[in-house]
Amino acid sequence: MTTVVVTGLGASTPLGGNLADTWAGLLAGRSGVVLIEDEWAAELPTRIAGRLAVEPSEHIDRVKARRLDRSTQIALIAAEEAWRDAGFGFGDDNPIDPYRLVVSVASGIGGLHSLLDNWDAQRDRGYRRVSPFTIPMLMANAPAANVGLMVGAKAGVHAPVSACASSNEAIAQGVDAIRLGRADVVVAGGCEATIHPLPLAAFGQMQALSRRNDDPAGASRPWDIGRDGFVMAEGGAVLILESLEHAQARGAKIYGTIAGTGITADSHDIVQPNPTGEGQSTAMIRALKDAGLSASDIKHVNAHGTSTPQGDVTEANSINIALGDATPGCVVTSTKSMTGHLLGGAGALESLATILALNTRTVPPTINLHEAEPNLPIDIAANVTRSLPAGDLAAINNSFGFGGHNVAILVTNANQT
Amino acid sequence: MATTEEIRAQLADIVNDVAGVPVADVQLDKSFIDDLDVDSLAMVEIIVGCEEKFGVTIPDEESKNLKTVGDAVAFIEAHQA
Repeated sequence: MTTVVVTGLGASTPLGGNLADTWAGLLAGRSGVVLIEDEWAAELPTRIAGRLAVEPSEHIDRVKARRLDRSTQIALIAAEEAWRDAGFGFGDDNPIDPYRLVVSVASGIGGLHSLLDNWDAQRDRGYRRVSPFTIPMLMANAPAANVGLMVGAKAGVHAPVSACASSNEAIAQGVDAIRLGRADVVVAGGCEATIHPLPLAAFGQMQALSRRNDDPAGASRPWDIGRDGFVMAEGGAVLILESLEHAQARGAKIYGTIAGTGITADSHDIVQPNPTGEGQSTAMIRALKDAGLSASDIKHVNAHGTSTPQGDVTEANSINIALGDATPGCVVTSTKSMTGHLLGGAGALESLATILALNTRTVPPTINLHEAEPNLPIDIAANVTRSLPAGDLAAINNSFGFGGHNVAILVTNANQT
Repeated sequence: MATTEEIRAQLADIVNDVAGVPVADVQLDKSFIDDLDVDSLAMVEIIVGCEEKFGVTIPDEESKNLKTVGDAVAFIEAHQA
């Protein structure tokens, strides 16, 4: 089977406007969660979120930005960085055959700001005030489609939607496209931009969000006994996936290999994960099987770890089911402790972090973990970075989404250059 | 009542805001689509911007006839309150 490697990375997150600043923030154990000081937040039970460290307007000019939802702007910034990181140019300097180039970029919710802002305009000032670009801005495939236009992809542009598993699913579909021989290069990733009163109220009504407004940096605290919900965040990340053969032929820098993917659906409840961990653990086991590896090869898991009371415990048990006796030898972390939860952008950002953790043999910490939930079966990188051993390494990144979606991405440090 | 030149200048600001066309390029003889590279959806935004700025109503069937900056300025001049 064709080997799929990662040759470019890009990000725009609450920790930084690019890959380097984001990764430095993760290693430093820095929180990107801040108080929302806007007037609209005053009455909300949750007034904290992970806001972008760098506004997209610093990269995208005003006229172009008028036609792009904030989520798409984020995707374009991350995709441009990843594309250049892979050594590719644009226009006449773009070396990739368009019919061998696929885009698979997800958003969990879509162009929420564009949808709601235009409804506000219509309700308050009449239909003539609705932008003629509203639909191409709000559609959930807008980030993928605009990235496709930027890089000139003609072998298919995809936007899988599976809530908070969306961008791991986008990576999995990208891997499939290369393995099935439909592409040499895939721009894969995800984005989200939903810091707006409606989702804060809606997630709040589900009792899903942390209300630790007096301590934003301490609000996302996966597996800590004081956790009280997730922290919504905006941002995105993009990975350039490439067949090993194509990457080697052009002498590309290789960060690592996507050796396996595992997808399941709980078919249990529209929001609650199956508490037995059956669906989650089966996704991880499928990724292992796909990669031809065994549980003892997994030295690191970047967990979904959203900081919800039940979800964190379920996932810890799922990891234990999947890895069995090998569980104690695996360092688990949740980078959401620092970034908050990027929803449709989470899987891509955390896959990126997993690849860099293997590449640098350093696992970012899970911050705010001062008193762990009792009897957890996993070894967590609490508050400080952890080193990974020499030699071959494999790791899993988990993403789970409302709807019962479970997607595990398995990466290795094989083929690094 | 705004003069032709005042209307042109204010229209130029709208075209610049919507489509990024330099203000100085928005002259009476210029075609929105052929000369200024304004696409049909941006044209809708420009029309609505004119309605707000000049207090006129420009029906969809009328907006099709506004090919040049001069066409738009003349329509606004004839219909402004």
